Order: sequence, then C-alpha cells, then structure tokens
Amino acid sequence: MVDFENVLILAQKELHDAGRNRWFMLYALAFAGLSLALAWMALMGTGRYGLAGFGRTSASLINLVLLIVPLMGLTLGALGLAGEREQGTLLYLLAQPINQAELLLGKFAGLALALVAALALGFGLTALLIAANGGGAQVNVYLALLGLACLLAIASLSVGFLISALAPRGSTAVGVALFLWLLLVFFGDLGVMGTALVLELSVDQLFALALANPLQLFKIAAVYSLRQNLDVLGPAGVYAIRTYGSQLIPLLVGLLIAWVVVPFVAAAFFFKRRGVL
Amino acid sequence: MKDTMTDPIVQVSGLTKRFGALTAVDDVSFDVHPGEAVALWGANGAGKTTALRCLLHLMPFSGTVTIAGKDVKKQGKAARFLVGFVPQELSFHDDLTVAQTLVFYARLKKVADGYDFTPLLERLELLPHVQKRVRDLSGGLKQRLALAIALLADPPILVLDEPTSNLDIRAREDFLRFLHDLRESGKTLVFSSHRLEEVIALADRVLLLEAGKLVLAAPPHELEKELGRASTLHVILPAPTIEPALEILAAHGLPVSRNGQGVRIRVQPGAKAEALRLLHDAGILVEDFSLE
Repeated sequence: MVDFENVLILAQKELHDAGRNRWFMLYALAFAGLSLALAWMALMGTGRYGLAGFGRTSASLINLVLLIVPLMGLTLGALGLAGEREQGTLLYLLAQPINQAELLLGKFAGLALALVAALALGFGLTALLIAANGGGAQVNVYLALLGLACLLAIASLSVGFLISALAPRGSTAVGVALFLWLLLVFFGDLGVMGTALVLELSVDQLFALALANPLQLFKIAAVYSLRQNLDVLGPAGVYAIRTYGSQLIPLLVGLLIAWVVVPFVAAAFFFKRRGVL
Repeated sequence: MKDTMTDPIVQVSGLTKRFGALTAVDDVSFDVHPGEAVALWGANGAGKTTALRCLLHLMPFSGTVTIAGKDVKKQGKAARFLVGFVPQELSFHDDLTVAQTLVFYARLKKVADGYDFTPLLERLELLPHVQKRVRDLSGGLKQRLALAIALLADPPILVLDEPTSNLDIRAREDFLRFLHDLRESGKTLVFSSHRLEEVIALADRVLLLEAGKLVLAAPPHELEKELGRASTLHVILPAPTIEPALEILAAHGLPVSRNGQGVRIRVQPGAKAEALRLLHDAGILVEDFSLE
C-alpha cells in the first residue's frame, strides 16, 4: 500500500536536493542560455527569410533538446539511488516507516519535477524573448515541443534510475549513464544507418530500429509536429507517414511513455531484489 | 524494566543471511521482551550489523522476524513504526540543518503537526545546534541527532548498531547515560557492540555471535564465567605492604607476582573482588587498581 503523503515528502526532498546539485543547475542554465541564443538567432533571421519566431526556434531547439535533455535525465537518474546507496542515506531512509515503492516513487517524482522545472525555465525564458520581439506564430508547435522534451527527460530519468538500481556505486552509475548518452546521441543515427547497410534492412525494419531509441522517438515526433510530414527523414519517414498516418503521434508518444514505465518498473524489481546495499 | 511475563516484542526465528558464498548470519533465533535490553556482542564481522539490519528488513533474508506480532517481511512499514534506529555509520543529508533534518524525519514518522521538539532537543543537549548544518556537527552530536530521530514518535523499541563506536571516551559515557535512562524509562533496547564493558553496563542479556552463529545467550554477569576468560588485576599498594600482600594472596592460592608499585594477580571470571577483599580484611590499603 503506497502512502502518497510519504511520496510527496520524499519528492519535496529530491526537488530541494536537485536545486543544490551543481551539475544539474549547470545543465539547466546551459540549456536556458543556449535556447535563448538559438531563439535570438532565429529572430535575427526572421526579416531575411520571412519566418515567424516560435516555429523557427522550435526547429533549432530539437537538436539542443536531443543533446542536453537526455544528459540531464540520465545523470540525475543515475545518481538518484546509487549515490545515496554509497553514502548510506538510502539505508537510513528505509529504516524509517516507509516502503520501497514510496521511496522510489518519491525520488522519481521529485527528480522528474526538477527536470520539468528546468525545461520550463529554458522554454519559458525563450518564449518571453520571442514574444517580446513579436514572433507569436506557431505557439502550439512550441508547446508540443516542450511536452515532448519533458517526456524525453522523464524517459531518460527512468533509464538513469534503472542504471542506478543496478550499479554498486554512484561513479559507476554516472559512467554507464554517460556512455549510454554517447551511444544514443552520437551513434544512434550512424548505428541505424550502418546496421541498415550491413544487414540490408527493409524500410519497415529500419523504422522499427529507429523506434528502439527514445531520442529517435522524440525527433520523429518533434519533426512531425513542426512540419506535418517526415520527408526530411528520408524513406523511413515516408514509410511512417504512409503506414501510421494520424496514428503516428499517439504511437510515438505511447512508446516514449513505455520508455518511462518499463525502465522504472525494472528499476523497482532490481532494487527490491538487491536491497539497499 | 524488562517484563519477561508478557509476550516477546521481538521474535527472531531461523534468521539466515547469505552474501554469495558467505553466510553472515547463520540460523539465529532469539526473543526480546518488552523493556529488556539485549546486546549482540561479538568481534567485527561476527554478523551483528547484518542481524540488526535484518530486524528492520533492510535486506532480504530467510527465516522470520516479527516485531509486536508484525512480520517485517509482510508488514515492514508497520513494524518500523515501532522501532527507532541508530546506525553505526551516521548517514544524514549533510546539507540540511539539524532542524530541517528533524522535521523531515518527523514527517515520515507521522509525528503530529505542532509537535514541540524542544524537550527532546534539551534532553539530548542539541538545542544550541539546531541551526547548524549536519555536516558541521561533531561525531558525538551526530550520534545524538540520530538518537533524537530514533526517539521521534516515541517508539517502544530502539535498535542501535555499535552506538558508541565513533565517540571519544567522554561522549561515549554521555551517550551510555542517555541509553541507560531510556532503558529505565521502559524502552526495549536491541544493540550491538564489541565492547564488553558497554554490554555489561547496559544489557540485561547478551547474545554472543561468532561467525554468524549465536553461540551463547546469557546475562552479562554470567558471561565471563561462561566464557572462562581470566583477567589480570593490577593493584597499587603502599611500598611497605607489598610483601605482606604477596604472602596473603599466595596463601589463598591466587597466582600473584610483584609489579612495580604493587602486585599483579591473575583472577578468574567472577572472582575479581576476592583479591581486593583479602587485602581489605588484612588491613592493607589499596591505593588504586586496574583490570586488564
């Protein structure tokens, strides 16, 4: 039986801790600063190319989100359990009248809120800049991108949590998280392309392979929200539109939600089996 | 004080904990009655800490542990409401102040809103330190903070893992005094220690663990007898009385020898006072003594 008051107490504590986490604050400020810079550049080009602020900025933000948001989520999640296990605070917490489910849910909810707050800060400041400069078009695209970025952040957090549940030490967990981030960000596209070439994959297999990477899920969903087509993604994009049509966005969002739920459940399973040591 | 007429408040049956090939706790069973102070005693690595952690179900184990009838595996949260825990390694969130730490744990322990922390803080002499960050506290103050947290919500049982291991001698005496008062007030204590003097001072019953096995359960005054360990008593005497003392003690069969300013006597468990009584009866002034 989960006591949601305990979940709330623990979530508040995590939120407080995230505010004191220098790395997290650095990521959050870097994201806000870079998104402001991208928006500024987009606004500078408005006169020249005749494009409005929010849509153009959203296009620029997709790559920034792909780079920074998984890094924030993975590292924050990786330290979530392993760091406290190493310090001994996890053992002390579980000696109190709470259960493991409350502890995991509380920590996860607090960290997820911290990530959403960091993204809201970056997107919010950028929106103010765009609005102040009169670029008010395609607000819905911008909000959709914020929603997808939050989902990607929470999915990354969940994967980080799974790493944290399995790793013996905080440093190991962060190391694995950084390696995974590199793999997903830098080798995701190349890996899919290389595998497709070597194995001579069909276009549907290629698309299925892309869906295995949460970053690709975000990218496809974000590009589709922005342009209403996926021509820019090549044959796999065209295949996706023809096959799934209007069901594509629910499919991509559903898979991103699965990336939140499945690693979290696995983390809970391994955490329970392993205990707090 | 202990009440052995009532049902045990802690029941441990067949407790076994393995880490891979290593059996840290091996088929240990014991009961603790309300108000009783029970010590787990043994060398480092004997399994004391692991056994205490299993009492709180902080790790998976085989066997059963019940606290006030609640199986810790099935009703762990309800069981932990009845227990205040003081760990060996004090692991708080260092960036919180003492006040913030107390409030955080008080909320988890469902301490009523408006609870007045002052009497507890005064009793543990923590009141002047409430605004300090935990990282700035000394080992002794952190230990008191752990005890303050353990006492929040007034649980009937305290589980303490080597509660004085990180303290200097003065802080240790203070802390033992707190624990003694708590025992007198009716709390049930289950604690681990590798210090015999601590166990003797505080426990009603001692459980001796060796390599994870429970090898002896006895009251502390019977412990030395059971263990059969002899000690050496060093007695400081006025110089003119050393020779008569040697003669008297040797005449009563005690293995005695001269030692600087006095005599050295090998004494058997439970018979340490005999040598001092013989000297007193012979009118020999004992200036000082120590036991080794």
